[in-house]
Amino acid sequence: MSAASKEYIGVASIRGPLLVVEGTTDIGYDEMVEIIGPDGGRRIGRVLSVSRKAATVEVFEGTSGLTIRSTGVRFFGRPLTVPVSLEMLGRVFDGLGRPIDGGPEPLARERRDINGSPINPTARAYPSEFIQTGISAIDGMNTLVRGQKLPIFSGSGLPHNVLAAQIASQAKIARREEFCIVFAAMGIVRDVATYFQLRFEESGALENSVLFLNLAEDPSTERIATPRMALTVAEYLAFEAGKHVLVIMTDMTNYCEALREVSSAREEVPARRGFPGYMYSDLASIYERCGRIRGMKGSITQMPILTMPNDDITHPVPDLTGYITEGQIVLSRELHLKNIYPPIDVLPSLSRLMKDGIGEGRTRADHPDIASQLYASFARVREVRSLASVIGEEELSAVDKSYLRFGEEFETGFVAQEAVEDRNIDTTLDIGWNVASILPKTELFRVTEQEIRQHYRVPERGV
Amino acid sequence: MSSRAGSIEAVDGPVVTVADAQGISIAELVLVGDDHLLGEVIRLEGNTATVQVYENTGGLEPGEPVYGTGGPLSVELGPGIIGNIFDGLQRPLEVIETRTGAFVHRGVSIPPLDRQRQWLFHPSVRPGEEIHRGSVLGSVFESDLIEHRLLVPVRLHMGGVSRTMLAERVAAVTPGEHTVGDYVASVDVDHRETRLQMMQRWPVRHARPYRQRLLPDVPLITGQRVIDTFFPIAKGGTAAIPGGFGTGKTVTQHQLAKWSDADIVVYIGCGERGNEMTEVLIDFPMLVDPRSGKPLMQRTVLIANTSNMPVAAREASMYTGVTLAEYYRDMGYDVAVMADSTSRWAEALREIAGRLEELPAEEGFPAYLPSRLAEFYERAGRVVTLGGMNGSVTIVGAVSPPGGNFSEPVTQNTLRFVRCFWALDKSLAAARHFPAINWIESYSEYLDSVEGWWSKNVFNDWRGLRNRAMGVLQEENHLQQIVKLVGADALPDEQRLVLETARMLREGFLQQNAMDPIDTYTTPQKQVAMLRSMMRFYERGREIVARGAPVIRLRELSIVAHLIRMKNEVPNDRLTEIDDIGLALDRQLNELESEYL
Repeated sequence: MSAASKEYIGVASIRGPLLVVEGTTDIGYDEMVEIIGPDGGRRIGRVLSVSRKAATVEVFEGTSGLTIRSTGVRFFGRPLTVPVSLEMLGRVFDGLGRPIDGGPEPLARERRDINGSPINPTARAYPSEFIQTGISAIDGMNTLVRGQKLPIFSGSGLPHNVLAAQIASQAKIARREEFCIVFAAMGIVRDVATYFQLRFEESGALENSVLFLNLAEDPSTERIATPRMALTVAEYLAFEAGKHVLVIMTDMTNYCEALREVSSAREEVPARRGFPGYMYSDLASIYERCGRIRGMKGSITQMPILTMPNDDITHPVPDLTGYITEGQIVLSRELHLKNIYPPIDVLPSLSRLMKDGIGEGRTRADHPDIASQLYASFARVREVRSLASVIGEEELSAVDKSYLRFGEEFETGFVAQEAVEDRNIDTTLDIGWNVASILPKTELFRVTEQEIRQHYRVPERGV
Repeated sequence: MSSRAGSIEAVDGPVVTVADAQGISIAELVLVGDDHLLGEVIRLEGNTATVQVYENTGGLEPGEPVYGTGGPLSVELGPGIIGNIFDGLQRPLEVIETRTGAFVHRGVSIPPLDRQRQWLFHPSVRPGEEIHRGSVLGSVFESDLIEHRLLVPVRLHMGGVSRTMLAERVAAVTPGEHTVGDYVASVDVDHRETRLQMMQRWPVRHARPYRQRLLPDVPLITGQRVIDTFFPIAKGGTAAIPGGFGTGKTVTQHQLAKWSDADIVVYIGCGERGNEMTEVLIDFPMLVDPRSGKPLMQRTVLIANTSNMPVAAREASMYTGVTLAEYYRDMGYDVAVMADSTSRWAEALREIAGRLEELPAEEGFPAYLPSRLAEFYERAGRVVTLGGMNGSVTIVGAVSPPGGNFSEPVTQNTLRFVRCFWALDKSLAAARHFPAINWIESYSEYLDSVEGWWSKNVFNDWRGLRNRAMGVLQEENHLQQIVKLVGADALPDEQRLVLETARMLREGFLQQNAMDPIDTYTTPQKQVAMLRSMMRFYERGREIVARGAPVIRLRELSIVAHLIRMKNEVPNDRLTEIDDIGLALDRQLNELESEYL
């Protein structure tokens, strides 16, 4: 790649977020581009495809106001980079990494390619350290571990932001000075961004946070760069500065829609619902920038948030995400309407790395079995409830009635808690056993007899 | 042997167009740009070649040179494959880590097999003996478990001429310590001595030849009850595991890789999670093969092309894996290939096809998707090798259908070419019933062919037992429709006994905990013993219910909990405890029966 930058005046065509510049020479694929509008305003872009005759450029801030004749295009001879340094902690940037908190550009000795490089699977350390979030439905049933990528699948109007902020402030991931948050906002409204800033401030995490904000009013294609900026900084903080980084990215659905916009402007053959065929690979290039590396102190734990259009979990955005991430926390509108916070629907939720983060020496010896028992029993509750809606509750057998009571108590006693309530893992598991004790012992197949002797409560004591 | 073959005309993601392309052939491996990125020629039109590049093309500029290598994408075959982890192009990832650190950078050129390591070669032929393609020259011990048989190459290249090795005479052999590049034997070809290296090469997109195909009639024992007993796969067979995310495709694949009684396992992580490959890398050296007592890694080869590694290399990784499997098959081994996930491979095809602006068929996939899938699965089989040994390649492919919907093109086209279908079910997974293999939707076409093995080696009425248990499960499925409407209490007692038995089969037999030290693997003998005692509960129970005993009495028998828990309470080597449970069951049933005589 040639190091010197090259400038061209005038473009051949403008279509959606794309520009075609003809007569280019020595331009590299994926190179960073600066576009100077007729008014002198500067925008950032990158080369999407290049031939001997022309280069196609994606303009992150959109093409509105640009003209064919007087648009200036400068090619930098290097990919889009972001400065990385500890000075970025406590700062707020826009979606392309420019400070918007009134402060100066952070001092940085180094700039890094925002695309990063894949972690060699042989260099990874397997994530197995329990993170206590203080939320029973997560700690007890869908345990988060350090270095995991665990998204929140939500819907519009559900309290995913409150939950994410609660997790960020309660997560006992490490001692304070080693812990930091990288927050990437993509197309969210200003109020939500402000909410996160305030909550980080309250919990004292703000000075250990780096915020990248692409808001709803900001250009949509800029969102394609935002998570990559954030993750490049996160990789520096984790694997150079040795910090445990929690990356919150919201809302991934907006990100994917920006991807679709660019793809349709390029007239690419779409896969499902107009989203490009490479969306899986593209999302993987974001979500896989996460984990632990052998011999390095820090870690990156990702918590992406996405809203499922029409609450549809089979929509391409949650679907492809679920195939890449290590589980998902699914929020339910039904629980939300019942006034249960957090409205976590435990049955479709999953933490793939849970098995290695729980049990003897990590959480508690009975944790795997009781979690499995609660799942199995709550799955049965679903069946009993639908039966009760047909034949009426009175007609149910005594065992089935105990399932109904169990289901009720599980939702209101175990899943539900206050938005500031921080339960430790012992409390969570004890509540779990209390709830399971509503069922007769003969219904508990997933726990051992010894565990029953140790933890099963006599029903009279109540919950 | 690289020579300049043209220069870059255009770059679009992983697809590079080359102008003035001369002297390169279709499917040739080329080196692209100043960094020598690996690529493969996928289209030739006049002087223009289209290349799919296996590495990140960022920064590549029109005008940079492209070099031909003179051959197609190939793998190196020789000792040093077992226990290794390669990327989709057979580059050794552990060596790459020592060179470039924790992150993989592009343009790294490292030979797949270690050129320094010495192997002790024991020849099995003598000068003057006649050898032919695929016959054994000798062997080295590749790991404690695997004797690596060095095979006479299928074809020999001599001064630009290639000929098939049919009946040649050994001129010399050189026993002792050698590296893979050393010449260890020579043959007399047309009165000219031609030397043979320990290592040979094979183009990945071509199936390796064999002498004759055999019927797959030996089961691949996996230790997973729902598979072995209900939907068995044969050695040399093919199976697909489709399921939405979170239904346990990968855990099932890991279980098969750990416990199946193949001699060698090739695990292809194709476009999946990095941490899953790490898990295998950490777990397998610690896990012990139940038959040999040696670490499982000593029979395992890993191909890791994770989702964030370049997409074109993902396309190649499936072929790389299956070619390595065929090579070990040709030594007379039973090899199992776990491909996780074939959908990611199909998506790589789609992505490249899209960039080539090919006309799409269904959901953007290219029209040749079915034929590519067929070619891949047809490389499975049980065969007589060219050297006259019996070997097999079994392929188990995971499929990741969008939205968990099996009507999509990859699942549907896969089902046309595989003979075993293990359908993963989201609602079973949600209830944490694992493996979440739905027993109503799944099927195996190998039942008839493996029945002989089971009756001869384990239990003579295996098929009858299996079918009776399946009958109970099917009837339960039917009854559940009614239960949903009126509740179980409204059913007559003999039907409630079906529900009760099915519950026992689900909880105590079908469900298997991969994390439990005993439950993770069940021998065929224990599988039969468990199922017999559960079916005894059903069959005797039916008689007792017919005499008027209510089902609740059967359900309350104290032995029921033991029947359900024997999967993790009775170790594989203490099957007499299951006999004891059976005796106790009979005693309790007799007592109950006596009340209603």
